[in-house]
Amino acid sequence: MRDILVVENVVKNYGDYRALNNVSINVAKGSIFGLLGPNGAGKTTLIRIINQITMPDEGLVTLDGQPLKPDHIKDIGYLPEERGLYKSMKVGEQALYLAQLKGLSKSEARQRLKYWFDKFEIGDWWDKKIQELSKGMAQKIQFIVTVLHQPKLLIFDEPFSGFDPINANLIKDEILKLRDEGASVIFSTHRMESVEELCDDIALIHKSNKVLEGKLIDIKRQYKNNEYEIGLITDNEAEVTQNLKDNFELTKATFKSLNNELQFNIKIDDKTSANQLIKHLTSKGELTHFVEVIPSVNDIFIQTVQNH
Amino acid sequence: MNHLSLITKREYLNKVKNKSFIIMTFLSPLIMVGIFALIGFLTQLNNDSVKTISILDESNLFSNEFENTDHTKYDILTGLNLEDAKKVVREAENYGLLYIPPAENVDAIANKIVFYSEESPSLNVMDNIEDKIEEKARVIKLRKSGLDPDIVNKLSVNVRTNLETFDGEKTSKVGSLMKLVFGGALGYLLFMFIIIYGNMIMRSVIEEKTSRIIEVIISSVKPIKLLLGKIFGTSLAGLTQFVIWTIVGGLLMVGVSAFFGIDVSQNPMAGQQQEIMQQMADNSDMQNKVTEVVLEFWNMPIANLIIMFILFFIGGYLLYASLYAAIGAAVDNETDTQQFMMPIIMPLMLAIYVGFFTVIENPHGTVSQVFSYIPLTSPVVMLMRIPFGVPIWQQLVSVLILFITFYFTVIIAAKIYRVGILMYGKKPTYKELYKWLKY
Repeated sequence: MRDILVVENVVKNYGDYRALNNVSINVAKGSIFGLLGPNGAGKTTLIRIINQITMPDEGLVTLDGQPLKPDHIKDIGYLPEERGLYKSMKVGEQALYLAQLKGLSKSEARQRLKYWFDKFEIGDWWDKKIQELSKGMAQKIQFIVTVLHQPKLLIFDEPFSGFDPINANLIKDEILKLRDEGASVIFSTHRMESVEELCDDIALIHKSNKVLEGKLIDIKRQYKNNEYEIGLITDNEAEVTQNLKDNFELTKATFKSLNNELQFNIKIDDKTSANQLIKHLTSKGELTHFVEVIPSVNDIFIQTVQNH
Repeated sequence: MNHLSLITKREYLNKVKNKSFIIMTFLSPLIMVGIFALIGFLTQLNNDSVKTISILDESNLFSNEFENTDHTKYDILTGLNLEDAKKVVREAENYGLLYIPPAENVDAIANKIVFYSEESPSLNVMDNIEDKIEEKARVIKLRKSGLDPDIVNKLSVNVRTNLETFDGEKTSKVGSLMKLVFGGALGYLLFMFIIIYGNMIMRSVIEEKTSRIIEVIISSVKPIKLLLGKIFGTSLAGLTQFVIWTIVGGLLMVGVSAFFGIDVSQNPMAGQQQEIMQQMADNSDMQNKVTEVVLEFWNMPIANLIIMFILFFIGGYLLYASLYAAIGAAVDNETDTQQFMMPIIMPLMLAIYVGFFTVIENPHGTVSQVFSYIPLTSPVVMLMRIPFGVPIWQQLVSVLILFITFYFTVIIAAKIYRVGILMYGKKPTYKELYKWLKY
């Protein structure tokens, strides 16, 4: 599968400050790509370069195999983190205007808007001014405007902020649907649970450098440290605990359970297999809970940022 | 449709469909005409009251000089001393008491005349009285010197210079005044347009910035196109307003003149100036004056003026608008704009002052000429000069300089704009603005 977007060794300076230092990423076609990083890491600068809002000082960006050119703006849909629409302009007029700026003809834009307005059941907003709408309502309009011209590449910066859980789900489903229909998505957020849920690949930018990139599942494998969450029923809790402490690295854990059991995390070394651990545990009591601890994106994020 | 025309159209419609724009456009001429009517009405009201001035002339030389007019009655007091006269006048609530002391010769009187009144009398009244006394005193002194005043009057020559240009165009003093007023009005109008519409652009840039739509827009279009579209759209809205004003204002003026047509010559305002006018030209009454004014108006290079007004309006407006837009981009809110406004307002004010003082003094002097080429002042100054006759090539050179300057200014403005619209937070310094030029 070819990449829709390739960013190669991009450097961007603002005066003496280096906002991006040799950053490269590859976004695969039809995937959702999580762009992560602490505040001020350089994510927005990178997104602006992809949108041709600013030009890189060095490096190359190619979209669908071609170096970025002005015509590409109609292939990209961008939902910035800081949302905004003309407050005193009517919803319909504004949506038509923004769609035309993206190269749609007026009639085409009107047709597609009708489809989306019907879908979101907001047809009666057409003649309202933005300032009459609530924040969430305006966000919906902005989402529609972002995807209306059916871009190959969608860039969402914190797309769920400002939405209630129902509408956030609605938007999430739409994003997945767009992905299934062939669009590629760059997804930038601080909400790690949505990264877990949506992203196929992630990249982490920290202090202007890319510090991590790859398939989410590969990265998780890389970060797993043979830790298991265990529940064990035994008559002799003190002795068993002591025994396990002697043999393994043991930490306390709590999880929901129906039983009144010993709960802890056990970390085993590379030489020990999960099966051996189970054998050992079953010899001590009744094993009620055995789960491999998969590092969350949250843990990976914090760990990576702290290590740099 | 390409981006530039799309943006221009939106900006234009956004301005023109705005309620306050519609109200301003159609109400302003009405308000202007209304104000003129009100001033006329009030002046009439002011002059309608008849003033009674009592005169106690103990020299017995001047009593006969004061004849009653429509607005002033003279009441000659006799057989009273000054104190009694004051009392009488005060009780009668007359406008004032003119006291002329007894004296053997006119020169002795000259500095001893006193006018008593409740409040300070109007300058008009005093000038009038002084004129009369001076005239009479002159006659008396002429007689004393053995000269016949009639002969002296006949001997004095009233010079009226006829003005004519080398091309044979006849002009007159009235014409000069008309040119001054008309050129000044156009220059001032331009000045107002630049400030009002410049501010409009600035606010619109700040609005896009604070509403954060800017990032959405510039992910679709180049900032320079947004900037130009904004400037063009607003400029067109300004022109629309100007054209509507010209038409509505013209129609209203014609209507008002027709309605009050007969009144014009009897207008009390004109009445006040009548004496001056009469001194200027004995044989021409107000009717002739009006005709002269109208003739002079059409004598002016009207077509030239209108075309040049539009060219200078566009050029001057574009130049200043790009500066205003750059300021709007540099700041986050309107209160922060003050510091950057000064350098813009200064040349405009300078242009107005140069226009109103230097051009009036000498429309073709060195200072006037220089300032009518400097692009930041030329729109106002040149417009004021044109009615006095400026060769077409000079006008064209000035316009050309203006547009070339706009071209370079907009490039610089666009650089500040491009960086500024994405900058939030603290207000930049001039040093930082300079740095932005190099990003």
